[in-house]
Amino acid sequence: MSGFRLYFKYMQMLFKAEMQYRTSFWLLSVGQFFVPFAVFAGLYFLFERFGQLRGWSFYETALCFAVIQMAFALSECFARGFDSFSSLIVNGDFDRLLVRPRSTFVQVLGSQFEFTRVGRLVQGAVVLGWVLARLPVAWDVGKMVTLALMIVSGVFIFTGIFILAATLCFWTVQGLELANIFTDGGREMAQFPLDIYKKWVTRFFTFVIPFGCANYLPLLYILDRTDGPAALYMLSPLAGIAFLFPCLLVWRIGVRHYRSTGS
Amino acid sequence: MKTRLAGTRPMPAPARAVRPLRAYASVWKLRMLQGLQYRAAALAGMATQLFWGFMFVMIYDAFYSHATVAPPMSLRELVSYVWLQQAFLALIMLWFRDNELFRLITTGNIAYELCRPCGIYGFWYAKLLAMRLSVALLRCFPLLLVVVFLPQPYGLMPPPDAAQFLLFLAALLLGLLVLVAISMLIYASVFITMSPAGSLLLFGVSGEFFMGAIIPVPLMPEWLQRVANALPFRWCADFPFRVYSGHVSAEEALAGLLVQAFWLAVLVALGKRAFDRALARVTVQGG
Repeated sequence: MSGFRLYFKYMQMLFKAEMQYRTSFWLLSVGQFFVPFAVFAGLYFLFERFGQLRGWSFYETALCFAVIQMAFALSECFARGFDSFSSLIVNGDFDRLLVRPRSTFVQVLGSQFEFTRVGRLVQGAVVLGWVLARLPVAWDVGKMVTLALMIVSGVFIFTGIFILAATLCFWTVQGLELANIFTDGGREMAQFPLDIYKKWVTRFFTFVIPFGCANYLPLLYILDRTDGPAALYMLSPLAGIAFLFPCLLVWRIGVRHYRSTGS
Repeated sequence: MKTRLAGTRPMPAPARAVRPLRAYASVWKLRMLQGLQYRAAALAGMATQLFWGFMFVMIYDAFYSHATVAPPMSLRELVSYVWLQQAFLALIMLWFRDNELFRLITTGNIAYELCRPCGIYGFWYAKLLAMRLSVALLRCFPLLLVVVFLPQPYGLMPPPDAAQFLLFLAALLLGLLVLVAISMLIYASVFITMSPAGSLLLFGVSGEFFMGAIIPVPLMPEWLQRVANALPFRWCADFPFRVYSGHVSAEEALAGLLVQAFWLAVLVALGKRAFDRALARVTVQGG
């Protein structure tokens, strides 16, 4: 439990530090609102021209978009330490974390927060609110829970990818741009229902990196398009949450292989 | 060969008057060589761009497969548009920046730059141009080589004829000059705001949108296309890429080149003025 306490202490501390530059914080947050907003505008205009996307309507796709944007914003805010982990390695600061009597996971996780992502989160939430008002879905408890699970599951998947990318730094020292394929690329990809892509892409992003479990499969449940036992679709976000555990395992292996850069 | 002793060396005439272009050219060469050092990063970048390209192509393919009215751009033209965008990313993206220059401004080391015997606008312009070109040269050819051989409709189409291709090259080059002129305005703004984040975001988001990086300009609604046409951003990316596929005819392309030249003149004049103004007020506080 002390891990959690420590994490919140870190959060409080860094939040206070961030609030020292209040104007900059607000400006950056507003900027973070507009980046996905431009993408969303693009999505809107595409649907305006084409009407539909392989049978998916605008609002259905927008639901996907909102869920993934919110999940991405949350994990970028709270798992930022892993996202920018390479700087800890390059500067040799990771050595300091190792001598402290707490887990490296909590310390790295708490080493940085990106509170300005609140802009992106708000953008996602606004889209979500709009979509929920327009989508002709009979909401019941099961569907509400599934929707919440979708976001949670997305957060866990993105965090898992950040951890994997950070683990790579133990070997490569410098962060790799390649990891962006799975973070930024994964976000961009999962904004659309996954079945619009080629089969192998859909499979990869369902069974290897389980984005499909965070958006496509539960979305089918919410829209009553399931084919087979509905509970399976409803609970598929849990697979996304489970994705974090192998990532943590890999992280442990990485920490054991760590050799300081000595700087 | 005459050798001169340091003590007897006459005061050098301001190089601005002598050979400004030569100074800019050597800055340019230095930067190119610097950029070419990072081959592994280039390879990683290429893989990333291939992925993004594929994703966009698949998304548009999905949209096109059930289109009821014929879209204003054929899928082949659109796919080429996407691949050229990915291949020449370094030439068109506004967020692509030189943090060293920002640091010069915010730390006050700009003082050293001001001591150099050539105009700072031209000097930085050459630096930025070289940085973009070195990255693009390293990345575009391997990527283009891969996407040319992809099966249709996923591959890059060949240009309709040689003349159109030459026009494309001219448009791309002029577009790059315009883009660097736009980015110089971002650097000028940092003199006032002291932080690049704000203007980068403003220029980055609106510029990217109106240059067709989020959705191609021809797929935008009519009213938005008019807005895009009135802004300089489209002329850096959207225009050359459409010239390549022949979506913009040769006559239109020639007229477009003139528009690019117009924007270049306006933006360089604006940028120079902004720099002069900012430098007139610049205060370096010791350190």
